[in-house]
Amino acid sequence: MSMFKDPFDPKAFLGRRCGCGGNHAAADHARLTAEATPAGEEARWNRVVDAAVLQAVFPVDAQRRQFLKTVGAATAMAAISSVFPLATAREAFAQGGPGAGALEKKDLKVGFIPITCATPIIMAHPMGFYAKHGLNVEVVKTAGWAVVRDKSLSKEYDAAHMLSPMPLAISLGVGSNAVPWTMPAIENINGQAITLANKHKDKRNPKDWKGFRFAVPFDYSMHNYLLRYYVAEHGLDPDKDISIRSVPPPEMVANLRADNLDGYLGPDPFNQRAVYDGIGFIHLLTKEMWDGHPCCAFAVSKEFASQNPNSYRALLKSIIDATAFAHKQENRKEIAKAIAPQNYLNQPETVLEQILTGTYADGLGGVKKDPNRIDFDPFPWNQFAIWILTQMKRWGQLKADVDYAKVASDVFLATDTAAMMKEMGLTPPDPSKKTIVVMGKPFDPAKPTEYINSFAIKRS
Amino acid sequence: MAALKNSLGLRAGLLSLAIFCGIVATWQIATMPAGGSSVVVDPEYAKLVGAAAATGSTTALPTPADIGVTIWHHILDPFYIRGSNDKGIGIQLAYSLGRVLLGFALAALVAVPLGFLIGMSPLVYRALDPFIQVLKPVSPLAWMPLALYTIKDSAISSIFVIFICSVWPMLINTAFGVAGVRREWLNVARTLEVGPFRTAFKVILPAAAPTIMTGMRISVGIAWLVIVAAEMLVGGTGIGYFVWNEWNNLSIANIVTAILLIGVVGLLLDQILARLATLVTYPE
Repeated sequence: MSMFKDPFDPKAFLGRRCGCGGNHAAADHARLTAEATPAGEEARWNRVVDAAVLQAVFPVDAQRRQFLKTVGAATAMAAISSVFPLATAREAFAQGGPGAGALEKKDLKVGFIPITCATPIIMAHPMGFYAKHGLNVEVVKTAGWAVVRDKSLSKEYDAAHMLSPMPLAISLGVGSNAVPWTMPAIENINGQAITLANKHKDKRNPKDWKGFRFAVPFDYSMHNYLLRYYVAEHGLDPDKDISIRSVPPPEMVANLRADNLDGYLGPDPFNQRAVYDGIGFIHLLTKEMWDGHPCCAFAVSKEFASQNPNSYRALLKSIIDATAFAHKQENRKEIAKAIAPQNYLNQPETVLEQILTGTYADGLGGVKKDPNRIDFDPFPWNQFAIWILTQMKRWGQLKADVDYAKVASDVFLATDTAAMMKEMGLTPPDPSKKTIVVMGKPFDPAKPTEYINSFAIKRS
Repeated sequence: MAALKNSLGLRAGLLSLAIFCGIVATWQIATMPAGGSSVVVDPEYAKLVGAAAATGSTTALPTPADIGVTIWHHILDPFYIRGSNDKGIGIQLAYSLGRVLLGFALAALVAVPLGFLIGMSPLVYRALDPFIQVLKPVSPLAWMPLALYTIKDSAISSIFVIFICSVWPMLINTAFGVAGVRREWLNVARTLEVGPFRTAFKVILPAAAPTIMTGMRISVGIAWLVIVAAEMLVGGTGIGYFVWNEWNNLSIANIVTAILLIGVVGLLLDQILARLATLVTYPE
């Protein structure tokens, strides 16, 4: 680790032999102990640059330590900066990746809601995916979807974690002003569940749910559409037979405990958290309704993407990179550890581990195993967008007639993402090949109107 | 007489202490984990859930001892920064206080001159009265969406919300105080041919000062109430955000800590203004 020691620390050795005591040169240490690299890549690079400069100024290590002990690190740093542009060197080093254009904006703010759907956006911070692409991103925890929307519209956030229907709704001006918004990457697929209060343990048939009070995170959410779809398939009218209210995810468990709700179709960790605290049980994973359904998304305004093309590309690359990392089962435990602290999700680590690894307690006394309980796949299939639009139309959120395919391709940037994935050495899927089957019923994206008309319970 | 007064203070203090001990003891007994709960679950399952859920019950409220530990924990390290979303409770309080003082100062800057004007002119008083009466009872949370939408900046929005909620008591009290200055004093000033500005500063302001200070005291209390709600909604920093963040984690011990701290800081703010008020009071 000597390479990452603070070179301005008088007690640190920067000698030819490694400070870890191993029989190798300091410069080789990183290669030999690759797994031990610290999280903040920018900080790491800074250290590397500082060490190189200090070693050049003081070839004899004892002199450097003596000098630092006498004047202190801050003075030394200032003295060296006055003759050598340390900051510039750090920056040049950090951006030195092949083919990287100059970033228009390096300090970015990305908003997120503390749920596991946002895993790639969150983990990219502690695990250094943003720094790797030369960005200094601050991930900001936000209280609810409406606030995320407003802070994004007011440009306080450069990019944000949104529910995948939100960019569609914002672009169409449904529930907000119409502002062109884009969704270059999906965060997660699956990973939601219907949680019921423990007192309903024997009411597992949705036909018994008349009068239940349910919560979903937001009106424009997959959760809302999936819950409506689910109860409607069982013959209940979601607007008349049950009540559905929009409650911010963190408040769902508290409301379930207070008997203010009978259940919710919500994002994790709050399904697993209800089990952890003995308040509710997991009735159904949404994966069992539609395996591979999209949920949350990484969204940016069209304006940001066109004004800062290089920053936008670097940001998107970081997200695709992080999503690919999160997709791998073997990384999930490490991710759970990275995102559990107060700064990010603020949850017990075991809860996150159960969600991400898919070996979980179901709240009824059993341990279930489903490795694909949540999965991460960035590709923004246009077929997803068309399905979402049909549901917006079905439940009367979307009043006007729209060109489904055009809105889908304007907002869900499948082509951009495919190009970016190719550039990064990943294989993008064929954008035309996606079959969607929800609860056994196939969906043909070429015939959205026929699809809506095929449902018995609808508002349009 | 003094002895009686002392003993009254002493007895009140003892009673307070007894009430406190009573509350804590009841709480401790009520929240003690029920011993010998016999629902046995699969050990593999028990590892995955909280201790209470493993025995078939729900996680209980923390005991006073748990809360004591949490408070001690926060007192030991109030100023840490572990990332932009995780800062020590001292830092969160400082953010909240900063917002409150800024919003309150702005409100005072507007309310005192405007209140003066309203108090001096019955016409303006009548004209503005309906607006004040309608806007005064609006809750801070109701202002927030409008503020976020129009101001487009969450930091300024929360300050605006404090401003708009704390401006009314000061405005009304200033107007009331100014309107209530004794006629004789104004008449004396007029007979002595004192100019209008001099009358305002030398006669009306000192006469109305105690009422204005009372308005300010009410306002600072309201501002402190509002900040917690505003920060819970907007997030980012502040004691309200801290409460919300710990609500995410269903960490009641941390929330109780925050409640106690909010109470203590509110008390301090109130006491400071009460002291200031004694400086401007005068015997009739």
